[in-house]
Amino acid sequence: MQALQIVISGIAQGCIYGLIALGVVLIYKATETVSFAQGELMMLGAFIGLIVMSSLGFPFWLAFVGAVAAMGAFGIVLERLVIRPILGQPAFSIVMLTIGIGYVARGAITMVPGLGTETHTLPVPYKDAIWKLGTLVLNVEQMVIIAATLVLSSVLYVVFRYSKVGVAMQAASQNQIAAYYMGIPVKRLNGLVWGLAAAVAAIAGLLLAPITFVHANMGFIGLKAMPAAVVGGFGSLPGALVGGLVIGVVEALAGFYLPEGFKDVAAYVVVLIMLVVRPSGLFGEKLRKKV
Amino acid sequence: MRFLFKTDYAQDIHLAKHGGQVFWYALLLLALLAAPWLFTEYWLAQLTFVLIYSVVGLGLMLLSGFTGLFSLGHAAFLGVGAYTQAVLTNAGVPAPLALVAAGALSAVVGTVVGLPALRVKGIYLAIATLAFGFIVEEVFARWESVTGGNAGIHIKAPDVFGFKLDTDTSFYFACLVVTVLATLAVMNLLRSPTGRAFVAIRDSEVSAQSMGIHLARYKTLSFAISAALAGFGGALYAHKLRFISPDQFDILQSVDLVLMIVIGGVGSIHGAFLGAIFLITMPQLIGLAKDWLPATIGQAPGLQGLVYGAVLIAFVLFEPMGLYGRWLKLRTYLQIFPFYRKGMFARQKSYLKSDRLK
Repeated sequence: MQALQIVISGIAQGCIYGLIALGVVLIYKATETVSFAQGELMMLGAFIGLIVMSSLGFPFWLAFVGAVAAMGAFGIVLERLVIRPILGQPAFSIVMLTIGIGYVARGAITMVPGLGTETHTLPVPYKDAIWKLGTLVLNVEQMVIIAATLVLSSVLYVVFRYSKVGVAMQAASQNQIAAYYMGIPVKRLNGLVWGLAAAVAAIAGLLLAPITFVHANMGFIGLKAMPAAVVGGFGSLPGALVGGLVIGVVEALAGFYLPEGFKDVAAYVVVLIMLVVRPSGLFGEKLRKKV
Repeated sequence: MRFLFKTDYAQDIHLAKHGGQVFWYALLLLALLAAPWLFTEYWLAQLTFVLIYSVVGLGLMLLSGFTGLFSLGHAAFLGVGAYTQAVLTNAGVPAPLALVAAGALSAVVGTVVGLPALRVKGIYLAIATLAFGFIVEEVFARWESVTGGNAGIHIKAPDVFGFKLDTDTSFYFACLVVTVLATLAVMNLLRSPTGRAFVAIRDSEVSAQSMGIHLARYKTLSFAISAALAGFGGALYAHKLRFISPDQFDILQSVDLVLMIVIGGVGSIHGAFLGAIFLITMPQLIGLAKDWLPATIGQAPGLQGLVYGAVLIAFVLFEPMGLYGRWLKLRTYLQIFPFYRKGMFARQKSYLKSDRLK
């Protein structure tokens, strides 16, 4: 029973990693750049939710929708202002740019007086609630994370499979130039993808907030999304979620069964093993560069 | 405007391109030698840090700027060097021997990290080195019998075969010697076939391979040399701070190192030095600016991160060649005075060049 309990909490944590990794992979597929700012976008989303709920007194669901929409818009603006001008530059520059965005976001939030330097609790309606299933004690916060991830991934699946925008995004990610020639507005789509990634990050932040509190450094969890994306196979959307789950579960089990310290590095050990054994990840295609 | 007429290959690979360079670098060296008598103790300490970070920057520049491999875990090599130096010096080993050991051990660790680099590249490599950095930091924190764990470890003043370098001035000269040697070594390496192979790998792996360059060997070698330089830097860093703990070698330190070479100018030896100067003087400038700003902005704890991030974004957006690139533009502008055109240094964007595998 205890093992199951640990696995469930690992799955919940893994869903968060998966959601952040999903944003990373979305951006990678669309613009072939890797965003290291995803964790900070998540942090911003959680802070917006917090401000809307505590200062404006909005109910949770409205704050949730508001924060996600606000972050989506922020993502689009961000893409337009700083990412689009340097597309076509070496990948190294763009990675550094996103690291810079992360620094600025963290610094800016820390500078807000009375908000940035403290830890806050997001007053969600299901705070500290518990479901009992026989001997199994389920934390509602974790159940909400898992349920929300399921819903979100099915929505994304439907969007990418059936909607015009989704199919266009897939086309652009497979071959940008060909998509451009087919009349797909690739640049605008890239903006939308950044918006979508930021919105997904905001959802992850709002889901995570009840468990870890809201603080300026919560974005560092985004670094663990990178292993998740690699384990799943960079460039595969379902892979990102599965990779997140793998990392989350391994981490939870390592925290319980292995000596202290292994929990913090479990994700990184997994990704190193994965890179040595199967660099293309669980769902990635095995490809070779041709001239 | 100076026109260089090269008449033989020896002239082409000569370390100094022309007499002017010899003059100016000799002047710089003289100024550096006179620095202890020119600067106050505080600024001499900052200059020592610049030299230490330059050594680390040279290593990272060789890896990222000249071989084209990412590393987001270079603080780990810095840490390996620092801890090796600390442990050996405290055990009574003379500092120069400990320094060599620190570099050697870092190189060995670098080779181990280089191994996955043979199979992965680009962003995968960045993540592999990132993961490695976290693991090493955790090892420093948990291997308490050697590293002292999170409590950290104190390190004795360096002892060069009976001659103690316990003053700021003597230690400054030690750093200067190491920096000059490291710089000459890297410059020499870059004009050798090995260095040319590194640059070829950076520019195109496929064509480098077709030219008969053994990718695996040269990539591992690049990692090893880069890690060794970081290890030397780490050893000096440990002596300078006299106290090291695992949190000095975390991801933020790694990012700082990458930030240093990006702002200095990726792909130039000058860039490593300019970046180190930037990295050390920036907190001082922010400290100075704090007095002028209103308290709510000036005293806020996040200011430094915000400024670092903003400067980094500005450089990537407006000056991808970094401080050294800016200097080159300025110099060219002055040299050919009324004829400078805006697009002279513009790089072609490469929308069609894809790292994605097909």
